[in-house]
Amino acid sequence: MSKGRYGDFGGQYIPETLMNEIHHLEDAYEFYKNDPGFQQELDTLLKEYAGRPSLLYYAEKMTHDLGGAKIYLKREDLNHTGAHKINNVLGQVLMAKKMGKTRVIAETGAGQHGVATATAAALLGLECEIFMGKEDTDRQALNVYRMELLGAKVNPVTTGTMTLKDAVNEAMREWTKRVDDTLYVLGSVMGPHPFPMIVRDFQSVISKEAREQILDKEGRLPDVVMACVGGGSNAAGMFYNFINDAEVRLIGCEAAGRGIHTMETAATIATGSIGVFHGMKSLFCQDEYGQIAPVYSISAGLDYPGIGPEHAYWHESGRADYVAITDDEAVDAFEYLARTEGIICAIESAHAVAHAIKIAPQMAKDQIIIICLSGRGDKDVAAIARYRGKDLHE
Amino acid sequence: MLPLLQDTGGKIFMNKIAQAFDHQKAFIAFITAGDPIIDKTKDYIHTLQDAGVSLIEIGIPFSDPIAEGPTIQNANVRALKHHIHTDHVFDMVEDIKDDIRIPLCFMTYLNVVFHYGYDRFFKRCQEVGISGIIIPDLPYEEAKEVRDVCENYDVTLISMIAPTSKARVEMIAKEAKGFIYLVSSMGVTGTRENASFSTNLKEITDTIRSVTSTPVAVGFGINTPEQVKEFTSYADGAIVGSAIVNIVAEHGEHAEEALYNYVKAMTDACR
Repeated sequence: MSKGRYGDFGGQYIPETLMNEIHHLEDAYEFYKNDPGFQQELDTLLKEYAGRPSLLYYAEKMTHDLGGAKIYLKREDLNHTGAHKINNVLGQVLMAKKMGKTRVIAETGAGQHGVATATAAALLGLECEIFMGKEDTDRQALNVYRMELLGAKVNPVTTGTMTLKDAVNEAMREWTKRVDDTLYVLGSVMGPHPFPMIVRDFQSVISKEAREQILDKEGRLPDVVMACVGGGSNAAGMFYNFINDAEVRLIGCEAAGRGIHTMETAATIATGSIGVFHGMKSLFCQDEYGQIAPVYSISAGLDYPGIGPEHAYWHESGRADYVAITDDEAVDAFEYLARTEGIICAIESAHAVAHAIKIAPQMAKDQIIIICLSGRGDKDVAAIARYRGKDLHE
Repeated sequence: MLPLLQDTGGKIFMNKIAQAFDHQKAFIAFITAGDPIIDKTKDYIHTLQDAGVSLIEIGIPFSDPIAEGPTIQNANVRALKHHIHTDHVFDMVEDIKDDIRIPLCFMTYLNVVFHYGYDRFFKRCQEVGISGIIIPDLPYEEAKEVRDVCENYDVTLISMIAPTSKARVEMIAKEAKGFIYLVSSMGVTGTRENASFSTNLKEITDTIRSVTSTPVAVGFGINTPEQVKEFTSYADGAIVGSAIVNIVAEHGEHAEEALYNYVKAMTDACR
């Protein structure tokens, strides 16, 4: 069996045209991972530019209101560009530059990864092209303009369902056209090896900090660590340094959309089955003949028909639990956190907050939950207003 | 004919794919099953055979064909709109198998095969007379899980080699059976101008020939008789997909004549 396996999941299911480049990327990553100069440069960028370490905030009002476990929020929403995505792109774009690439390409759903990639490319002086489903460029026109302000070219994708999965298809097609000067900066812990590993490693700074911070504040490890899961990058980063702490329960919160018993869902673990797509063997929402299913969630960032292979493995091995949160529950949690803590979080992150609202009251007061607040919610305000029946547009 | 016959423990056997390259340059045609409807695919396979095609690749539609350009993507969309699925394609091939003398291969993405179940899929291939399969998202390193099964059912997994394969060429060619699909250029499928073909194809073909006698066919972008002539001056065959799919797209359910005329000119060019 090939490299990059998590149990039976993972692998490198990509066209031959990309194989040498993928191997080249594996070698480059192996080198820079162990290169003190690269690590120091990245560390400086994370501190001075992205604003790390991010805060581990004790949500005291929420804790008292729910009346159970102590709740901490890992504030990735306070990073530059407003989400955890910057952790990964600074690593990958810096690596692209060191590899001698002059151009980066990326897919984006709602636009967060696209904005982050355009930001890092602007900072490090690389040409940048973003692939974004036509549906999403219409829904997130402001983010399209943001990327253009940052000097990126945004290509609306008009194939298939015109959403995130089609943006990934198109970015992969573009990469097969131009591998020599271009690195594909994948935004989640998905795709062919080594991407799931690279993205997880760059995102694992979240749990590295959180583990130190909670030991510092509480003198012990948390009982529960949770994060929302689409492809699964913030969750992989949030879980990774707790994987060997068997007493820490890990929970990923998927997007159930209008419910896992409807067709309008994006909950891959709850409703999907094993398959091979986008370069990896993992779990996917698909029909009985292996055609990839259209998926739906109010959250564009979780609106993806697959999940990273390492999550599929953590699910199968029982190391992490995965639950599905509906649009309704996520929107309630979005509003709850705003009112209770004065924090407007991303609708993606609100899926994790929603599950905490369910389980915290059942836990003892001396137990601890950490929620990864993966991003801020400015981008979602208009959509939530419309969800609540207000005719509000950006 | 004789040199191609192999003694396989008492039973005389020649994989049908070898016929396509037997004392001739092969012209290989691609067509998407179910575009525009599955019954027309049967007719068009007959048309391709009548026009002198040596081997036909039948595309099983997939929702997300990442190696295809817009032409074949759209053919997939048209077929899937009529809910064409894997069993329909098997049934269609079964219906025509007694009339088709030339070898037939499938071209599809791994998830279609994986989800059907490797064993069940290739057993059915054997029953309906499919001789080989091309899976663009299954590179050498991952091929074992498929090859171990398909060979049990006498279905050949076709290997692909790209302009970027470099040191991988020999490794892939050594194990290749049926024919080698040499990708003509960077990027996805779709008709191309001469300038966009890679310049190292002859060199790659020479490297392949130094390690194997498995025939080499060039594909991706080919759409004129001149290009067919050029590629078959050193390779063993030429593969044409998007140009054929374009004709079907343009003529819908009445493409026989246009298909025949176009393909006849192309097959004549390599004879």
